[in-house]
Order: sequence, then C-alpha cells, then structure tokens
Amino acid sequence: MSQSLTVDLPSVTRAGHRPKRHGSMDRSRQRFGWFFVAPFVIVFLTFLVAPLIYAFWMSLHLKTLAFGERFVGFDNYLQAFRDPQFLQGVGFVVKFSLVLIPLQMLVSLTVALVLDALTDRLAKFARLMIFVPYAVPVVIGAMMWGFLYSPRFGPMSEIFGVFGLDAPLMLSPGNVFASLLNVVTWQWAGYYMIIIYAALRGIDTSIYEAARMDGANSWQVALRIKVPMISSALVLILVFALIGTLQFFTEPQILRSVAAGSIDAAFTPNIYAYTLAFSYSQFNYASAISFALGVVVFAGSYAFLFLTRKKSGLS
Amino acid sequence: MRSIRRSRGHRRGWVAAGISAAMVVTALTACSGGGGTDGTEGTDGTEGGGTEGGGSGGCTNQIKVPDAEQVTVWAWYPAFEEVVDLFNSTHDEVQVCWSNAGQGNDEYTKFSTAIEANSGAPDVIMLETEVLPSFIIRDALVDLTAFGAADVAGSYSPGVWEDHSNGGGVYAIPVDGGPMGMLYRQDIFDEAGIAVPTTWDEFAVAAQQLRDSGSSAMLTDFPTNGRAYIQALFDQAGSTPYVFDGDNPTEVSIELNDDGTKEVLAYWFDLIDKGLVGTDDAFTTDYNTKLVDGSYAVYLAAAWGPGYLSGLAGADETAVWRAAPLPQWDATNPVQVNWGGSAFGVTSQAKNPEAAALVAKEIFGTEDAWKIGIEQGALFPLWLPILESDYFRDLEYPFFDGQKINQDVFMEASAGYEGFTFSPFQNFAYDKVTEQLFSAVQGEKSPEQAADDLQQQVVDYATSQGFTVN
Repeated sequence: MSQSLTVDLPSVTRAGHRPKRHGSMDRSRQRFGWFFVAPFVIVFLTFLVAPLIYAFWMSLHLKTLAFGERFVGFDNYLQAFRDPQFLQGVGFVVKFSLVLIPLQMLVSLTVALVLDALTDRLAKFARLMIFVPYAVPVVIGAMMWGFLYSPRFGPMSEIFGVFGLDAPLMLSPGNVFASLLNVVTWQWAGYYMIIIYAALRGIDTSIYEAARMDGANSWQVALRIKVPMISSALVLILVFALIGTLQFFTEPQILRSVAAGSIDAAFTPNIYAYTLAFSYSQFNYASAISFALGVVVFAGSYAFLFLTRKKSGLS
Repeated sequence: MRSIRRSRGHRRGWVAAGISAAMVVTALTACSGGGGTDGTEGTDGTEGGGTEGGGSGGCTNQIKVPDAEQVTVWAWYPAFEEVVDLFNSTHDEVQVCWSNAGQGNDEYTKFSTAIEANSGAPDVIMLETEVLPSFIIRDALVDLTAFGAADVAGSYSPGVWEDHSNGGGVYAIPVDGGPMGMLYRQDIFDEAGIAVPTTWDEFAVAAQQLRDSGSSAMLTDFPTNGRAYIQALFDQAGSTPYVFDGDNPTEVSIELNDDGTKEVLAYWFDLIDKGLVGTDDAFTTDYNTKLVDGSYAVYLAAAWGPGYLSGLAGADETAVWRAAPLPQWDATNPVQVNWGGSAFGVTSQAKNPEAAALVAKEIFGTEDAWKIGIEQGALFPLWLPILESDYFRDLEYPFFDGQKINQDVFMEASAGYEGFTFSPFQNFAYDKVTEQLFSAVQGEKSPEQAADDLQQQVVDYATSQGFTVN
C-alpha cells in the first residue's frame, strides 16, 4: 500500500510545473503518506502479522499435559498430516467445496442474469430479498436453521405429514452434508449474485445492441456475451468461496450444539483446531493444524488462480 | 479484495491468528477490568486494588466498602449476586468483585486461555468438580493447605473433601453437589399402572409396561452426549475408569472398558434396541421440551435437576412430578452416584491468595448465604451445617407439590456417595465417549466394541500427552 503511494506521487509531481523542487516536496509528502498509512500498518502488524509469527513459533514447540514445553521443529506438522482426524476434516471440506461451489455459482449466476434482463420494480424487490440472507449474521442464520431442521419445532414434520411420510432427521449423519449445503447456499448465494450483477451492470449495453443486430437471441446474449465478459468476477467469487469453504467453521460449530453426534470435534479442520486449543488446551498442536490448513488453502487457491490465470485478470 | 475479505470476517482468516488475537484481546480486557496494576501491588496493594476497581471496574455487583481489598470471582450460580452482596456487607477488609464469565465450558475456555497467556484469570473461580484435575495438572490452582483449608475441612463430609483434594493438597472449597435420584411423572405412571422402580430390572419392566399401555411417552432418554451423567451410570455399576494422583502427575491409569461399563451399556442398548428409551441429544431445546411436555416419564437427575426442570418452558400444566431414589443394580447393596457439583478454587494468578482463599472458604459458609442458594438457586449444599439442618431436611418443594425431596431422596444419596476420580483430560475423554456411543447407537459397532475403542483412543491420547499409562 505504501509502495503504491511512493510510486504514484512522483508521477503527479512530474506532471506539475516545477520539476526542480521535486526532491524535497516528495520527501515531505512521503512523510505525510506514512502518517496516513500508520494506523493501518500498526493494526495490521499488531493484530495480524505478530499473532501469525507467534502462532508459527508456538507450532514449532510441544507442550503436553504431563511435561513442559520443548522445541520439536516440524514434528507437529508431520503429526498433523498423518492425523486421521485432521485428514478426515480436510477431506470433508474438499468434498463440500466440490459440491457447494458449482451449486452456489449456478444459483447466483442464474439469478443475476435473470435480474439483469428484467428492469421492473419486481426485479429490484427480488434483488433485495435474495440479498437479505447475507445481511443475517451467520451465527443467527445457523441457529435459525437449527430450529427449522428441528423435528419438534421445525416445519418438516408438517410438510412431510401432508404426504403421509415421516420427516427425515435433517441433522443425522447421512443428511448433515446436504443440510449444511442448504444453509451455506442460502446465506451466500445472494452476496455472490450482487457481485455478478454489479459486473453485468458494468458492461457497455451497446455490445448487446450490436449482438442483437447480428441476430443473437437473449439466450445467446446471456451465454455468449455476458458470461464471458464477467469471467473475472466469476473467478473472484470462486476464490472467495473456495477459501471460505476450506475454512468452514461457524455453521457446523453452531449446529454442533444440537447435533453433537453428527458433527464431531474434528468435523472440519477449523473446528478441530478450535477444539484442540480451547477444549483440550493443546495450543501448540492447534497452531500447527491451523498452519497446515493455511498451507492447504494457499495451495488450493494458488493452483486455482494458476489454472484460470487467463480469465481471472487477477494475476 | 481486502475490504471484501473483511466483510466476511466471521470466516476467520487463519485460525492461528484468531487464537493468538483472542488471547491478546482477553489479556487486554482482563487488564482493564481486573483492577489493580501489578506495579502498585508491592507498595500498597490494598489501596491500588481498591481505587482501581471501585467504580465500574468490571464488577457485576456493587462494591460496599470501596477501600477494601478486592477479590475478583467468576461464577455462574443462579441468584449469586445476592450471595455476593451478603458477603460484601458482612466483610470490611475484603470485597468480592463478581462477574459471570459463562457457564461450564464457556468459562473454562476463557480460563484456559488466561492460563496460557499468564494473565487475565480471576482470583477465585467456580469450577465443576470433574474438571479440577485438568486444571491442577496445568498448575492453574493454588494449594489451599497453606491458606487455612483445614479450618473448614470439618464442614464437609470426608468423601466430598477427598473429591476436591489431590495428592497432599486441597485445590478447591466444595460448594454444591449432584447426588442422583429419579424424578418421575406420577400421572403418567398411574395411567399406565406402573409401580415406582427401585432396581434397574424393575426399571426395564416399567419401560415395557409403559409401551404396552399404549402411551406415546418413552420411559426416559439415553443421550449419547450425556457426559457426566453417563459417567455416573457407569460409576454405579462399579466402574472406576481413572486413577490419577497429583503427587505422581505423569502417571495415570485408564480403564474405560471394564465389566461395569459394559454391563451398563448392554442394559441400555437392549432398551434402545427395543425402542423403549430415546437417544436424543441432551441439553438441546428439543430435549428440554421433551423433558417437561410428557415425552419422557422419567428424568434421571442430579439434585440440581428439579431447579433445571422448573426453569424450562413449554411444560405440561397437568404434570405431577415426584422424586424417588435412583434405581439400583443390587437393592441390598445400594450404590450412590453423583452428577455435577462445583467448587471454588483460587487461581495461581491471584493477586492476594490469602484474601482469595478467605473468599473461597467463606462465601458459601453461612446459613443465610445457603438459604439464598437453596431457595433461589436450587443448589444442593455440601456444607454440613446446612445439609444436616432440620431446615433443609424438612424443606417442601412446590414443584413436587410439597414433597420433601431432600429427606426422601437426596440426603441419603449424598451421604452414601463415596467419591470419584476424574482424569486430567476429562474434556477429551467425554468427547470420545460421545463419539463412540453415537456410533454404537447408529449401529456402526456393538456397545462392547465402542467401549474397547474408547479405551484405545483415550490410552493413545494419554500416551501422546506424555503420561505413563498403567
């Protein structure tokens, strides 16, 4: 951030009329630049960089209940990548993102394309309504779904009762995957829809006119023109969704309190790290798990960005 | 990119950062709220503490004597503020600054973080008896022997005192206990023509009778996440899963798959397989409603259970609740067990351990304090002067239409309780019990296999934590 300031400022002064005083002016401006950036830098260093370094340092040590702390190098990491509980959690979030992300993209892209094609009041209203779940705090949303899934308080037994069927247990081990899928899609599809919609609004409408003159119908405009032109926005939200899903935590953690059996202490890597640190007081191993997850997330998103580098416009 | 990432901040950046950031934040808030800087301690600790925390200072209660030494206390007892007020108005030299840091695990999480950060813990903390070894082994609690623990030892039964001691030390002053009994719906029993069971065999027969009577109620629930409750049921059949002694803190014995445990599991899984008892998770809203709306006819409960029940919403208005002793395996040789109960420990971060120990010893050390605790908090006292009083024995409970439940059930259960040793990694062990029982209920393995797997997992864990497992 500070770098971009120092690069930009000279070009401003160079465009001005007094190239000779450029040096001292630049220096004093630079000082002010630092002054403005300082609050961010201090908070960034204190609350992100320093804790990260500390956590990494912790992850290189081991403190067991019976014995004190000692330096073990990368032993914690070796253990993490052999720990069946950690690997099971990683396996779950990978599977979850493979199903969730396409589903979420499809829903949000479809809605955005429809809303972009419509211009009446109803479209405005629908846009707001689809966005509203994102405005609900995740914790509240998860608790709300906990009640909706409840066989006692939720509407499931009534709905299935109409057809003379027994309501399924939405949070049983077999159904918890789909139930979580539903909660997350409900919460995030509207948000991704807004990003796609904004990108669609940014397209010059004369392109559509040109296409129509060439005989393209609405389908063709949507699929052949709109989608390719917003591909960078699509890649962006894909990366967001990927990172978010690999770090899946809040929804299962909240629903754990009503489904302790289906959602165990190592359900996702983040829940595992949380439990290790705060429930079993294995802070060192929890740090190692967190960094190991960080490695997985970094590798995953980097690989993805690399594969889509031509379309993303992010590289 | 950054601004968007921030707007979804609830999906944390790297949790590692979160852990450390949380620690920093806890430490900061604790410093600002705890009152008294370490610097003033050496010269005039009393003054420093007093002026710092006198006004708002993070206390939930009002400080009555602003100049006195302040002791910070974390506790979640119901109606505790009145007990604190009583203490503060009867003590001139020490004042309690109380706050509620959450119930059970919520509080332990904060305490655990404060231990790791070496700052931010209160002076005195309420802990359930079952987690004491977990904190003793982390040197988080002060041995109260040097601070006059022996003065009050005579006010507690030897078994209770033993539960709060470890090795040669005393690490907490007992407060309330959870001797177990059986709370049942007299109206449902009468309708189905069931006699109150006194043994587990009769209990199983009653479960069948209830089913045969065409009632939609189940006799009771066997929650896989029952934790201390399940542990107590095992204990009643003679299971002693852990041997742990603070004098030898690197050694632990583990026996989670003994005959007692397997016998209890076989009994309950037989009832589950016949569909006579439920397997709902405990402590959920669904479960709470089922407890009071007639879905279950029996609530196997600790002495604090009646207070829990009467606080639940959605109760059946016509319910007639009664209390009876817990069913026994062998009626001629009854075994009493305990579920829950808590105590006050002095943390190793206490600014003035002597004042803190005074608070731990005396806050629930008067009849007046206990009358608040019993009548408003529904606590079961371990303090003998009130436990053995006529007042407590003859107390009539409106929830049970005037039944004297202490006399009928809980005093005997409390007197017969012989103590129980918990492991120094109880939270982990409970989580594994829950996982194993759940997979057995799901039919993935037999209950015996679940017990064997549990034993293996906990032994492996203890070994990896550096214990010598006998």
